[in-house]
Amino acid sequence: MQAHALATYSSTSSTIGGTSHELERWAGVAMATAVVAYGLSRRSFSGVALAAAAAPLAYRGVTGEWPGLANGMADTRVALAGDRGIHVRDAIRLEVPLEAVYGFWRRLENLPRFMTHLREVRDLGGGRSHWIADGPADVPVEWDAEIINEVPNKVIGWRSIAGSDIATAGSVHFSTARQGRSTQVSVNLQYAAPGGRATRLLAFVLGRDPAHMIREDLRRVKQLLEAGEIPRAARGAEA
Amino acid sequence: MKAVCYYGKEDVRVETVPDPEILNPRDAIIRVTATAICGSDLHIYGGYIPTMQKGDVLGHEFMGEVVDVGRENRRLKVGDRVVVPFTIACGQCFFCKEQLWSLCDNSNPNAWMAEKLYGYSASGLFGYSHMYGGYAGGQAEYVRVPFADVGPLRVPDSLRDDQVLFLSDIFPTGYMAAENCQITPGDTVAVWGCGPVGQFAIQSAFLLGAERVIAIDRFPERLALASSFSKAEVLDYSRVDVPDALRELTGGQGPDACIDAVGLESHGTTLDAWYDRAKTSLYLATDRPHALRQAITACRKGGIVSIPGVYGGWLDKFPLGAAFAKGLTLKMGQTHMHRYMPRLLDHIERGDIDPSFIITHRVGLEDAPEMYQTFRDKEDACVKVVMTPGTRTHVVA
Repeated sequence: MQAHALATYSSTSSTIGGTSHELERWAGVAMATAVVAYGLSRRSFSGVALAAAAAPLAYRGVTGEWPGLANGMADTRVALAGDRGIHVRDAIRLEVPLEAVYGFWRRLENLPRFMTHLREVRDLGGGRSHWIADGPADVPVEWDAEIINEVPNKVIGWRSIAGSDIATAGSVHFSTARQGRSTQVSVNLQYAAPGGRATRLLAFVLGRDPAHMIREDLRRVKQLLEAGEIPRAARGAEA
Repeated sequence: MKAVCYYGKEDVRVETVPDPEILNPRDAIIRVTATAICGSDLHIYGGYIPTMQKGDVLGHEFMGEVVDVGRENRRLKVGDRVVVPFTIACGQCFFCKEQLWSLCDNSNPNAWMAEKLYGYSASGLFGYSHMYGGYAGGQAEYVRVPFADVGPLRVPDSLRDDQVLFLSDIFPTGYMAAENCQITPGDTVAVWGCGPVGQFAIQSAFLLGAERVIAIDRFPERLALASSFSKAEVLDYSRVDVPDALRELTGGQGPDACIDAVGLESHGTTLDAWYDRAKTSLYLATDRPHALRQAITACRKGGIVSIPGVYGGWLDKFPLGAAFAKGLTLKMGQTHMHRYMPRLLDHIERGDIDPSFIITHRVGLEDAPEMYQTFRDKEDACVKVVMTPGTRTHVVA
């Protein structure tokens, strides 16, 4: 089985069972080459890191696969075993009733409202959902996920389905604090992104460190649910 | 519209910038009828506040008329005359509910910047750097006010702009500084700095029951104001040794509470003050806390040191040993504006205080660059500058 099908040009493309589009593959190569060249031209540590991080994109363009994600690697039990992948955890407290926070989060379509790297989440029914997110070098990454653990008002756990471009698993725990007056949301997220650890470097160089991203996501959901809006100082400055 | 913009250290310009617009549902747009330059704006002018960017609109003391409201704002109407607090608060988070409005969790879009520096972020502020949200300020013809269903206070037409404008910052700031002193009848309070916040701290200390207030400065016009208007005893620090004088004036005990209304650009005549100047000019230190050191040293045992003056970074030679040895309580922070504005408006309406007494300069917005310099250098006996957008005549009160 091949890990494949980044739907670069159409968000409605199926993620299961297609083959990589030629144009998309070579666009990836071109982009990756540009990033590598730019990175090396910087003649700095961050430049080299950028170049190194873009290399998997070029690899994928040529081979049609993300390195290290072939044949069963996208199974979360393998891809995320031990210290593999990126692991992020964070928590936030809200002055909103627990049921309201849980209900908002459980409607997965709401997630892109505060997770700005997500372009779309579609509930496919039966605990399955389809996710489209910003990937390295602005190439979207798509995957299907299934909910593997759900206790209303307590926890939602999920993992990506084997064969996706990204291997991810995570859980959100909902609890009360301050004798029930506040709600606490704890997120535990693991993923092996295209490019593995190199992607984290790339994300960091481009200002999208996963830990920072999840922190800002949690801040935004708090702002949205407590204040009803996400503060911004200028048009287009909300991210 | 015209707005006062920051372009760099000691470089403030009046520029034409796009009119503000409603961005979020709870917003309002205010047509500014009066705006003032704050002493803390001088910290920006002096280049002490990080994360300022070229073109940022300055100003956080302003009032005016509501000209537009967002769809979720059910409290304000077009035409309302309001004073706007300089701290932006959502009204819904833990801190707002605890009345700690200036520590609002939800009003700073750039909270992560402040978190890097301070661990956690305080509220967003108008016109006070990107670390505090990057919001355009009120030294302009129009200003966008976020969470405008929480902050702006409607003011009666019977009061002039001059009388209520300072509810936007310095009157509540001076008041909170005095309230933090937990004054009991018979107390003596010493106040470092007789600028606008110091003057309001003096008057507020009396309003809250202080028996004596001793005010410290070196500018004759400010000492005269403290003495004649605010009824304080005054000390000129360029002529007397302040800790000695305070000890003597309090029978060897020291003031019950000390207020540092000076902040990070303190000026002094003693050795430590010159040390601070040298270090900050070499960028080896960020703040010059001379007044604060003196307040800590002068305070009586078990007393309170209240700090409305602004500090931004790391303090050098901070006498924590003295504070510890004497069991002092230190209270500080940006003012919880929303807590104080209604009660202080009542004081103004009752005639207990007329805040317009500190105004020395009334000018148009166009005069801002000149006025920043005049105010900074305390030329022309300048204590407080009020600007009226739309007027260009330079009138000195």
